[in-house]
Amino acid sequence: MENFFFQMIIAATPLLLAAIGELVTERSGVLNLGVEGMMLMGAVSAFAVANSTGSSTLGIVAGAGAGLLMALIFCVIALSLLANQAATGLALTIFGIGASGLIGQGFVGVALEPLAKLSVPFLSDATMLGRILLGHDVMVYLALALAAGVAWFLYSTRGGLALRAVGDNHDSGHALGYNVIGIRYLATMFGGACAGLGGAYLSLAYTPMWAENMTAGRGWIALALVVFATWRPWRVVAGAYLFAAVTQLQFYGQDWGLPVASQFLAMAPYVATILALVIISRDVNLTKANAPACIGRPFRAER
Amino acid sequence: MSAPAEQSGDHAGSQPPPLLEARGIVKKFGDFAANDDVALVIQPGEKHALLGENGAGKSTLVKMIYGVMQPTSGEFFWNGRQVVIHKPAEARDMGIGMVFQHFSVFDALSVVENIALALPPQPMRALSERIRQVSEAYGLAIDPGRAVHTLSVGEKQRVEIIRCLLQNPKLLIMDEPTSVLTPQETELLFQTLEKLAAEGCSILYISHKLEEVKALCDAATILRHGRVVAHCDPKAETARSMAEMMVGDQIAWVERQDRAAGGGPVRLKIDHLNLAAESEFGVTLKDLSLEVHGGEVVGIAGVAGEGQAELMEALTGEVLSDSDATIHIDGVPMGRADPTKRRLAGAAFVPEERNGHAAVGALTLSENIILAHHTAEGIAARGWIDFSKASDWAGRVREGFDVRAASENPVAASLSGGNLQKFVVGREILREPGVLVVSQPTWGVDAGAASVIRRALIDLAAKGSAVLVISQDLEEIFSICDKIAVIHHGRLSKEHPAAEMTPEKVGLLMGGAHPEDTEIPTEEMA
Repeated sequence: MENFFFQMIIAATPLLLAAIGELVTERSGVLNLGVEGMMLMGAVSAFAVANSTGSSTLGIVAGAGAGLLMALIFCVIALSLLANQAATGLALTIFGIGASGLIGQGFVGVALEPLAKLSVPFLSDATMLGRILLGHDVMVYLALALAAGVAWFLYSTRGGLALRAVGDNHDSGHALGYNVIGIRYLATMFGGACAGLGGAYLSLAYTPMWAENMTAGRGWIALALVVFATWRPWRVVAGAYLFAAVTQLQFYGQDWGLPVASQFLAMAPYVATILALVIISRDVNLTKANAPACIGRPFRAER
Repeated sequence: MSAPAEQSGDHAGSQPPPLLEARGIVKKFGDFAANDDVALVIQPGEKHALLGENGAGKSTLVKMIYGVMQPTSGEFFWNGRQVVIHKPAEARDMGIGMVFQHFSVFDALSVVENIALALPPQPMRALSERIRQVSEAYGLAIDPGRAVHTLSVGEKQRVEIIRCLLQNPKLLIMDEPTSVLTPQETELLFQTLEKLAAEGCSILYISHKLEEVKALCDAATILRHGRVVAHCDPKAETARSMAEMMVGDQIAWVERQDRAAGGGPVRLKIDHLNLAAESEFGVTLKDLSLEVHGGEVVGIAGVAGEGQAELMEALTGEVLSDSDATIHIDGVPMGRADPTKRRLAGAAFVPEERNGHAAVGALTLSENIILAHHTAEGIAARGWIDFSKASDWAGRVREGFDVRAASENPVAASLSGGNLQKFVVGREILREPGVLVVSQPTWGVDAGAASVIRRALIDLAAKGSAVLVISQDLEEIFSICDKIAVIHHGRLSKEHPAAEMTPEKVGLLMGGAHPEDTEIPTEEMA
């Protein structure tokens, strides 16, 4: 049981990183469906840099940078050139799958030292709670700090207010003199960097190796999580941990003797995603009151 | 009235300079000149009206004054000094505030957050306090903590006005501010504006409601096709003379004659119609009853969002009611019949949104004919489309209703608002339906098109049809309707003969009063 929760926290981290970034992107009114592609590029870049320099810190930075660059491509195409956001995001994912496979060719089967675990003397081992919550690597805590930071930024700063405003009504934001495109560039690039971090976590800590398509749909689950959380940061945290728990069932379910075929347990996270979306969509008001009203709509300033 | 050239002289000498002067403003979008050599002079404390039809260039001009757009050429002077206004923040720093036509409020944010976005950074708590002070000083009651999507349209406008007032404006620009207000709310707004003007703030008031301009403003500049065509003193003009300056032509002024309307059989009957709202943002219809006789035009007045959309959907058959008995068309109970069955029974409908609901913008006019008349006029009777019949119909509508377009069979979206509206109304009227239900028949169309449409509605009734007009435009209701009912919070008042109604009486009903327990003033509105 202790192991289950310990692993759940680890499994939740890449989901949380990617989803909290996408939340910021979507709150500014941009729908970037390229999360999966950005995570993969983050994963392969982080692995490549960590492998060749021996520094996992540089690897993490490289992962974030790769995601950010991918998001920048999206921004130029969808925000500056006004291409359809959904199509651009899907193309970004396809591009990310292909390009990461190409870059990662030489790294398949190479092993890497996993990200170091922190340990707090005495506390880490003293109690069961200590053993579950403490003793993780730095990125687990970074992800939580990031979520707290995003919540603070969105609701307590003027920049966050402006970001929510352009996501709600870009014409009004423009009329009041806010730089809609600029704000959306920054928000989307932040989202890309976070997705890259999520990818980096997979290849540096979760399974310290590179394999093609190693994100296995986590980018899509992150996208669903944002909707599931109705665009609220703390609900994203709760959602990420919940989904991670479901994911862990496939490894622990059989140990516990659950009378369910392992294939069904492997399906569980995806089924849970669909179920969660259906349940959320049933209550129109829940999404309507929270969804950024301008999401996915292109903005062109009249000059 | 004076020629425009006389106004743009020098202001040398002892005379203080005007607050704002625009000289030779040109704004081009491609080859099209939205503003062509426009001059405008606003004195301190003046309530200046900017008049013109849709597309005359009013909004373009004020957007340049507010720094949202840049002129292609021309100069602005502020207190006599030349200025270039690059962005709205600069306009606000100079002391220009603007209340937009489609409010620039953020529904997902609270009142105080909405206001904070337009002001220099400051603590929210102090700002809430200032909002309370200003709202009390000007009689604009509002709770700073409320989420804006829970406010009424009138309250949303207050948010915008308070946002401007907190910037201590010297010039307040109001773009069609009363289009969503009841006469009583309009009266309150005018009191606020009079108070501001008395304190020295100039008002630039954009409207095509000429009676309001007469009541409020002491100067007017009239635009037509992007050019200044006249300056005048609204108080010295009549609504009709200003309308003709706007249009540049004599217009067929449609006025209701007190004819012996009705007397025909009941052709449309709404009988205790109840309909639950579909969402939290919708309106529940409560026990609506109304009879429309052949030969009469009945108007349903009300401010936006009081249940008009829901009533329209129930009448067209887009939303079915619980029982067939709630809606009768020519005596046949049809509360649960689909739109095609209702059309076959002789009913016709023109919904409010012309592009996207009444017509599909990407389809041609003849295809839009098919969408409405596929079964009722047998254009696509047995699964096959009779294209020659459809284009014949389109041609007849274009001819009969003066629908002007660039090509033979253009896509609907390429038509101007007025022409598309004439098309969607004409498409239904040409059928000579026994019952016509039309929502906002002349919303946002020019005066010429509006008079064509209103004339056609009256003529249809004269032939014995029952016409039901749902409109937020009181001038329109009073100019064409024989009887008037008012919708408020999903309830419908009893219908009264138009001759017994005044705008004030309707206004009280629009605000939710019951005529039985209110002393109704009977004199005409100024």
